[in-house]
Amino acid sequence: MIAIVDYGAGNLVSVKKALDWVGQECAITSDPGEVAKATKIVLPGVGHFASTAALARTGLQDVISDAIARGIPFLGICVGMQWMFERSQESPDTRGLGVLSGECERFPANMKSPHVGWNQLVVDSSSRLLRGVPLASFVYFTHSFRAPASETTVACCEYGGQFSAAVERDHLFGVQFHPEKSGEIGLKVLANFCEL
Amino acid sequence: MLTKRIIACLDVDGGRVVKGVQFENLRDAGDPAELAKIHGASGADEIVLLDISAAHERRATLLDTVQRAARQLFIPFTVGGGIRTLEDAAAVFWAGADKISINSAALAEPTLITGIAERFGSQAVVVAIDAKRCEGASHWEAFTRGGRAKTGRDAVEWAREAEGRGAGEILLTSMDRDGTGSGFDCDLTRAVADSVRIPVIASGGAGGAQHFVEVFREGHADAALAASIFHYGFSRLADLKQEIGSQGIPVRWPC
Repeated sequence: MIAIVDYGAGNLVSVKKALDWVGQECAITSDPGEVAKATKIVLPGVGHFASTAALARTGLQDVISDAIARGIPFLGICVGMQWMFERSQESPDTRGLGVLSGECERFPANMKSPHVGWNQLVVDSSSRLLRGVPLASFVYFTHSFRAPASETTVACCEYGGQFSAAVERDHLFGVQFHPEKSGEIGLKVLANFCEL
Repeated sequence: MLTKRIIACLDVDGGRVVKGVQFENLRDAGDPAELAKIHGASGADEIVLLDISAAHERRATLLDTVQRAARQLFIPFTVGGGIRTLEDAAAVFWAGADKISINSAALAEPTLITGIAERFGSQAVVVAIDAKRCEGASHWEAFTRGGRAKTGRDAVEWAREAEGRGAGEILLTSMDRDGTGSGFDCDLTRAVADSVRIPVIASGGAGGAQHFVEVFREGHADAALAASIFHYGFSRLADLKQEIGSQGIPVRWPC
């Protein structure tokens, strides 16, 4: 079963609905015991990076770290992906999980922020998460901070400079866009994760 | 490049889609869940469902409508109309909405914007402003209660306050243009869009592709919304997007 981790930040109904649609057994849970038993973990997230502090407080972070060490596939969405990095300028006192190196940053001051809407990916065709996703697909974003492009980036997006739209390393995956809100392309990404 | 969004709006009364001309003379235009799905498949970037039911018993069907519409919709889905409290908003989110739109309740109690934003994130809070040009002047007044009541608030100033209180987007309807098909109010849209950092969705007056091009170019809108031009087959969304794209506006096409 796929655990959709609920740490009190926002609405997880859309993520569950999309995973149901691609035919995966999944459950929204805030119980560390349930997350520990999951075969895959999805960490959604909206709003502020500081809200991820609840993961450390509730013991969910330890359970997620342990699951990742055991090779359980993990997908972070939006702030959930940002949390995979070491930190974010949005909340310098909040530590990320740090499984990916780097810091999430603001958009340049001359750009409207948040970055809301459909923007185009530049897809690295070797990505497992993005297998079968056309190279210049449109996906839906809504965020005020971003992860810089790095060696784990498998899809870039351009908005006041390039940033990481998707990252991937071994069984760790993250998407800055919302696959549950990105039409057929987004459902394909979720299906790819489910089939890993 | 970030594309300009074309948003299809469903005005719903008692579980059926209707569309009025300047908020009156409603006609029946079909099943909301069915129409949401059709619009999504034909290229809408987003769906907005506005419940305009006045009678309380007709509002009870809203959550059921939202749930049915959301089931097969995997693009952003906003629901508005009659949301007065954090609990009302939460019920609409659990039914499957991604964003809620608030109008009268936000004007009456602006802390509601912050309350919903803190719980569900700013990206989930759209503040809708119905604005009407003040006679002979280049400023606009915000109206409430479906355009029936004056507020005395300047629309631009209210948009800035809403942003400061945590709104993620502004849905700006020109009451002067709504339902006329004579084009968006580019002056109003630009006045608001240039005063806030958050995205502004222009609404009211869409009659054809050229109107969208104008409101993106001259009105500085981030998105534009229309209802009636899509519902009765006046314009296929796919054709509309292609036409807008051919004039150099970045749109998501093909989807």
